[in-house]
Amino acid sequence: MNVEAIVAAVGLEVKCGRESLGREVTGGYTGDLLSDVMGHSKEGYLWITRQVHQNIVAVASLKEHAGIILINGCEPAAETLEKAEAEKIPVMVSVLPAFELSGRIYNLLTSPG
Amino acid sequence: MKTPVGEPKPNLYSESFHIEGGNFNSAGIVSTSIKSILKKLGIPGDIVRKAAIVSYEAEINVVSYAKKAVVNLTVGPGVVRIEVIDEGQGIPNIDLAMQEGYSTADQRIREMGFGAGMGLCNIKNYSDDFHIESEVGKGTHLKMTIQTP
Repeated sequence: MNVEAIVAAVGLEVKCGRESLGREVTGGYTGDLLSDVMGHSKEGYLWITRQVHQNIVAVASLKEHAGIILINGCEPAAETLEKAEAEKIPVMVSVLPAFELSGRIYNLLTSPG
Repeated sequence: MKTPVGEPKPNLYSESFHIEGGNFNSAGIVSTSIKSILKKLGIPGDIVRKAAIVSYEAEINVVSYAKKAVVNLTVGPGVVRIEVIDEGQGIPNIDLAMQEGYSTADQRIREMGFGAGMGLCNIKNYSDDFHIESEVGKGTHLKMTIQTP
C-alpha cells in the first residue's frame, strides 16, 4: 500500500511532498522522542508524531521514512515544510489522536488483500 | 605492488566536518552529508543507515551540550569510522550517561523530543565498536566503527 492510499483511507491533509505519495509504506512508528524513533523505526515507515519542528525532517530523511503524519490537527512549522519539501518527504496532518490514527493505519497495513 | 606487512591500508575516503553547539536549526546537516557520501561510495544501505543513526545522535549531543565539535569520517577497506571530538562541558559519569533513560537535558531540549537518555545507547547499539572518553570542563571524544562487507 502506498502513502496516497493511506491518505485517502484515513483522510489526511497533505501539507507537502506530494511527488513522493506513490512511495510504498512498509510499516509505521508512533512516537515523539526523536532518539526512540531513530532507534526503532525502519525504512519506508510512516512516522506518527505530534512534534512539529524542523528536526523531524532530518530524522525522517536519515531513516528514509515514507512520510510524517502529525496528529490532533497540529500544524507543521514553516521551516519544517520548507525542509521536507526540499527532501521530498510528505508531511501530512490528521485530526485524529495518535492512538486512533495508529490503529487505523495498522489495520490498513495488516489486513489481508 | 604489494602492501608491506604492518603498513596500514590506505583509506578510501576521509573528510572532516564542523558542528556548532546550540544550533538546533542546523542539527542533522553533518549526518545528512555523511549519509550522502557513504551512499555515493556504494556502501550498502544497512551500513549507511547505521552510520546515519550514529552520526545523528552524536550531532544532537554536540548541539545540546557542547560548544563545538569536529567530526572525522574515514572510510577504509571493510570499515566506516566516525569520530566526534567536542569542546564542551564533558560527562562527569560515563557509566551513568550510558544508562538508557538517564539524561541531564533541560526542558527546552526535552520539549523538542531530544534528551530522552537514548542517544548514547543508540550510538553503542548501532556501532560495531564504540569508545567514549570525556573530561569534565574540556569535552568528549567518541569513536565509532561500523564494519562493511
